Amino acid sequence: MSSPILSVRNLCVTVPTPTGPLEAVRGIDLSVARGETLGIVGESGCGKSVSSLALMRLLPSFIKVDADAMELCGIELLHRTERQMADLRGDRIAMIFQEPMTALNPVLTVGRQMTETYLRHRRAGRREARERAVDLLVRVGISRAAERMKVYPHQLSGGLRQRVMIAIALLCDPDLLIADEPTTALDVTVQAQILDLLADLQRERGLAMIFISHDLGVVARVSHRVQVMFSGQTVDAGPMRELLVHPRHPYTRALLSCIPRRGQRWGKDKLGAEQEASA
Amino acid sequence: MSSPSLEQGLSNQIADLRPTPSQLMWRRARNHRGLAIGSLIVFIVLLCGLAAPFIAPHDPYAQDLTKRLLPAVWSENGTWEHVFGTDALGRDYLSRILYGARISFLIGISAALGSCLIGAALGLLAGYYGGRVDSVVTFFVSVRLALPVVLVALATVSLFGGKLWIVVAVLSLLLWDRFAVVVRSATMQLRSQEFVVAARAMGCSTPRILLGELLPNLVGPLVVVGSLEIAHAILLESALSFLGLGVQPPTPSWGLMVAEGKGMIFFDSRLIALPGAAIALLVLGINLVGDGVRDVLAPEGKA
Repeated sequence: MSSPILSVRNLCVTVPTPTGPLEAVRGIDLSVARGETLGIVGESGCGKSVSSLALMRLLPSFIKVDADAMELCGIELLHRTERQMADLRGDRIAMIFQEPMTALNPVLTVGRQMTETYLRHRRAGRREARERAVDLLVRVGISRAAERMKVYPHQLSGGLRQRVMIAIALLCDPDLLIADEPTTALDVTVQAQILDLLADLQRERGLAMIFISHDLGVVARVSHRVQVMFSGQTVDAGPMRELLVHPRHPYTRALLSCIPRRGQRWGKDKLGAEQEASA
Repeated sequence: MSSPSLEQGLSNQIADLRPTPSQLMWRRARNHRGLAIGSLIVFIVLLCGLAAPFIAPHDPYAQDLTKRLLPAVWSENGTWEHVFGTDALGRDYLSRILYGARISFLIGISAALGSCLIGAALGLLAGYYGGRVDSVVTFFVSVRLALPVVLVALATVSLFGGKLWIVVAVLSLLLWDRFAVVVRSATMQLRSQEFVVAARAMGCSTPRILLGELLPNLVGPLVVVGSLEIAHAILLESALSFLGLGVQPPTPSWGLMVAEGKGMIFFDSRLIALPGAAIALLVLGINLVGDGVRDVLAPEGKA
């Protein structure tokens, strides 16, 4: 693997609350190379989404973000001005959100939202932006793409909407794609399609991807490496295969036991693992 | 591989069968009686105003003292020469009423646009930033609501004179509160939606999010409030002109015509009744349209 696209060392996110500062993320390291997918797994509130928003510098200003290093392709991210950050967002780093139902503006057509995003970052004519948008819609598996450009988001199903989100994220060929629970709101069949699509695109374009989910099974399907987060810290990390076979931390074992298997019965071993994790 | 694509194809087709929101809107608009009556009234009055130079039988400014106070065609001695008769200076009343529609529309629409600009800007900022910005804007709205509109308008117009643009400016500065309140609350709801974060994640700057992402979502409420404020502005202009502090004579403004006719109320009530009826009709029409548009755009909110 070449030098990492993204390298973050000792990321801390602190939220001031009336009862004193709350450390949402307590010193995590992240590193993703070109063509690699890093999975981040953890339960709700463990800091996985907050870390990704901190990377994009999308957290509100009263939340303190600190790190020893936070670099994207050698560009320091932590001390950039909001304006400089806005130029990077959507261009070098892109993000896919959990709720495809609400992540698209309901009153703008799909085509409008795509071309505007492209024109935000590239000097190009409307026609060129349109062609680029149609190309990507086709690539993410949307049939009748030219027609669908004129459609409003609510006219599309959840799976199609998430495909549109992926297409928008890829418009400017970002170096890093952050997918924050992209399949959680979708039903299982569509979820499998979207995961395959993401894995394909990632391989095809040599994208660096951070894939965030609470579902280890989903993460296992797309990721090369995985980091398990618990309460703002990385508790376990390693190549996917190794982690699946030899989970080191009891919490990882608990997560593994959450994946339903064929023929598995709700038995003693599973309950035992959960109790162990909470202890 | 075949089953996912089949499933996707099916869901695509179902999605395409659903009526689009514009189709649903047209369906509701066609079945709304108030909207139909209101738009008919507004359309007719607008047409009268626009076509006034072509359909008015006389020059609305031309005085002829030999033809003072001629009666309307339906009273004794009325002639078709002056359908609504003439006023105290011998001007044709029908022509003045037709031209008066222009003044009413001009003032109503420009005052509503002006106040929409002020109110929407303040409302967007307050709703998006919240916190201190919101407190300041809310304070301004409270101050504005505490001002007696007619009194302030009277004072300002008597200070700066009754030119048309001054009346418009004063009305714009007095009618923005409803725009601000409506836009503020709608923006607060929209701000927390994921597409705003998504837009920021795609590199949109704050002005771009406000104008490009949030404003298009606010068109519905703005149109509704706007149409009601047009009616409000027309009424206020008539009131100001009636008090002699709005548009100045000899401009054919309906409020002014009512004022000029008030001395004759016991002798020739048509002078006050006709422009008064015109004001009432237009305001009624605009309010019907406003209510109708609200029902059509947001049927869920209908009580």
